[in-house]
Amino acid sequence: MCQKAKDISVVICGAAGQGIQTIEKALTVMMKQAGYHVFATREFMSRIRGGMNSTEIRIANERAASFLNRVDICIPLKQGALAHLKERLSDQTIIIGEKDTYDPEFDMFDIPVSRIAEEHGGKIYANAVATGIVLGMFGLNPDLYKAYFRQEFQSKSEEIVQNNISACGKGYESGQILKNEKGVPGIPEPAGDLAGEILMNGAEAVALGAVAGGCRFVSSYPMSPSTGVLVQCAQYARDLDLVVEQAEDEICAINMALGASYAGAGSLVTTSGGGLALMGEGISLAGMTETPVVIHLAQRPGPATGLPTRTEQGDLNLVLHAGHGEFPRIILAPGDHSQAFDLSSQAFDLAGRFQIPVFILTDQYLMDSTRNIPEPDSGRNTKNTHIIKTDMDYQRFRLTENGISPRGIPGYGNGLVCVDSDEHSEDGYITEDFNVRRKMVDKRLKKMDAMKKACIPPVFHGPEDYETLFICWGTNYHPVKDALQQNQAGKQAMLHFPQIYPVPPAADAYLKQAKRIVSVENNATGQFGRLLTLETGFFVKKYILKYTGLPFSVEELCKEMSRLS
Amino acid sequence: MKASIFDKKNADIAWCPGCGNFKILEALKGALLETNQRPENLVVVSGIGQAPKTPQYFNTHMFNGLHGRALPVATGVKAANPSLTVIAQGGDGDMYGEGGNHFLHTIRRNPDIVHLVHNNMVYGLTKGQASPTSQKGFRTPVQVEGVFIEPVNPVAVAIAQNASFVARAFAGDVDRTKALLVRAIRHQGYALVDIFQPCVTFNKVNTFKWFKDHVRYLDENYDPSSQKDAFELALQNDPFLLGVLYVEEKPAFHKNLPVYDGNPEALYSREIRWKQLKNIIRQRQYS
Repeated sequence: MCQKAKDISVVICGAAGQGIQTIEKALTVMMKQAGYHVFATREFMSRIRGGMNSTEIRIANERAASFLNRVDICIPLKQGALAHLKERLSDQTIIIGEKDTYDPEFDMFDIPVSRIAEEHGGKIYANAVATGIVLGMFGLNPDLYKAYFRQEFQSKSEEIVQNNISACGKGYESGQILKNEKGVPGIPEPAGDLAGEILMNGAEAVALGAVAGGCRFVSSYPMSPSTGVLVQCAQYARDLDLVVEQAEDEICAINMALGASYAGAGSLVTTSGGGLALMGEGISLAGMTETPVVIHLAQRPGPATGLPTRTEQGDLNLVLHAGHGEFPRIILAPGDHSQAFDLSSQAFDLAGRFQIPVFILTDQYLMDSTRNIPEPDSGRNTKNTHIIKTDMDYQRFRLTENGISPRGIPGYGNGLVCVDSDEHSEDGYITEDFNVRRKMVDKRLKKMDAMKKACIPPVFHGPEDYETLFICWGTNYHPVKDALQQNQAGKQAMLHFPQIYPVPPAADAYLKQAKRIVSVENNATGQFGRLLTLETGFFVKKYILKYTGLPFSVEELCKEMSRLS
Repeated sequence: MKASIFDKKNADIAWCPGCGNFKILEALKGALLETNQRPENLVVVSGIGQAPKTPQYFNTHMFNGLHGRALPVATGVKAANPSLTVIAQGGDGDMYGEGGNHFLHTIRRNPDIVHLVHNNMVYGLTKGQASPTSQKGFRTPVQVEGVFIEPVNPVAVAIAQNASFVARAFAGDVDRTKALLVRAIRHQGYALVDIFQPCVTFNKVNTFKWFKDHVRYLDENYDPSSQKDAFELALQNDPFLLGVLYVEEKPAFHKNLPVYDGNPEALYSREIRWKQLKNIIRQRQYS
């Protein structure tokens, strides 16, 4: 049923601290340099040392952006790694290991990685050896790894550079022998010259996209899996002219961001579900004071502490309803790295224009996966900050036809900018007048009309005569798309929503045609399907749900989706 | 009191007659005039309570936010535009209870803001519960047996954390309070002014007279530079000591930020660094 893709999936599995990330970086960089599309996904435990983690690197001659269950080449680094991957291995899998990782249930090619590493400087070079094996199996130009290790370690010492190169070289030889002896089936041809493309993970995409969109101020509390965004912004604070501050708690984070935004700076908060839950009142404050703010939420399984390093799409309802009272918001959910950059950028314009909180929903899967993408448009033009200079008679919440009052900031003009978390009149001061109250509620909600006209439309793929429509949001874009393509089931199509809320009016036409709507989500209660049913009136009756903490694999979806044909 | 640019016409003031807040407002306006502040350049960030209503009653930029959350907002405002004078204003419940965590960490962060706490040892707006500074034995409809937990000593906490400027005042002495506020406004860095005041409606114990009998001003020539000495004085609670207890000059929060290293411009007026962004993105080409 499902056809084999034109790629190789290499899975490296071992304990935290064994260098899986080092190997991942080496392989993704060098394979891209060799002209292959790469997609690396990490799954790891909530530990600094020990446990069992793995990374899957897809190396392909077409763009790849979904998780595969299938393992073509497996490198276990520790006893128990193969047991961990058992479900994904088949007798087609080439397992390369050494006696330490030997598992009698599996056929393995014994390459003494640790011994080779010792011979070339020490056990620490095992990663270079393992990297070399894969490079050798692919038959890549050895100049690539020589240049790579020189670049990576030249700041350390010549000896370290040389040890890495020779250890990698030995691994390369072993890989070549393996290829010639066994023949590695299905090594794809390189895609072409990918020199201009960018290797980026989800955290980088969100952080750099935010800066492109006008982000100046970041206040956050570290929380997996969102911390990468905070770190990226902090790393570049000096170069990109940002203020980045680690808050004492999430309540501080959101309030600090609102203070900075009130004073005119584009502000970003990054967090995960538990952190956002703490920010509820602050989000309500943003809505009431009509202060723009962008909040990035990288989802992980809940409730409470849940699985800190795993992935889920369980916080849609949280983000939809966070913050007591009624006020408008936008929720975006990028489908991949390129879209994460673009939407992160756009979020600032939307927040500033409508003076609302804008949420960007991602997940651990996106945050921790790396991919090559065409260079994103980092922009050239001066951004419209949507800020006006105030006059003496300025009123922050002046009633207007579309509900959006021109936004002034303190210190820019002669007017006074007064905002209040209490209900307030046009001048921003407290009021308990019932009529004014009603007018202000109407004003805030009126903004939804303009917001609905600015929706990011859903993305459709499939035949015109579809009858079954698979809907999805966030990072299920590629898995569903790949499964659809592989199934070739006929009369099945997909609709992906990079904007979840407000639900884009453009969705209606697609939903109307469907005889059956199926929602594909990584949660247990079908949150998006229910939202869509509520907002559009089209009944989502069927669901394909996964909530183990792992992303959907293409194979899984192929199976589930074809059962519905 | 002389009319000033800070006076607001027709302010519908919600405080009880005799409330200490009136005197604090008077002292504050006086201090703002004396330090040449202008409404267009002043931001008062407040929480929720009776004290946080103060910025509604005079001319200034105002961010009347959430209960307990004025300090993070004030820090954000000042970090985004350091040319503004920023005051965080609220009551003892707001600042030491709900906002306790922010109190501790704002001291650490040392933003160049004035932290005004109206300390009346009770929750006024919510009608009479004990506050973090209520003394032991204080009976209320919720603390029916009388408060039996230790009151917060905010000046001791601030001094223990090496806060940049720690002062205590009494609302009854408008002129002396004004003088302390002037020093706080002029101070570069975080400046705490804990101002005792009576709540005429809900605190029948710590009245105007009670405070007068239980406070004493520090000597004219007291040297506020020793943390240890200041801490000892801060532990005294009968009488409470008034004046500037401790000063430690150190760079304010925004002075440590790279964005203000050689550039004093507020964030809103700066251009995005397109070139640098492109370079950073292209670093990831690895070609």
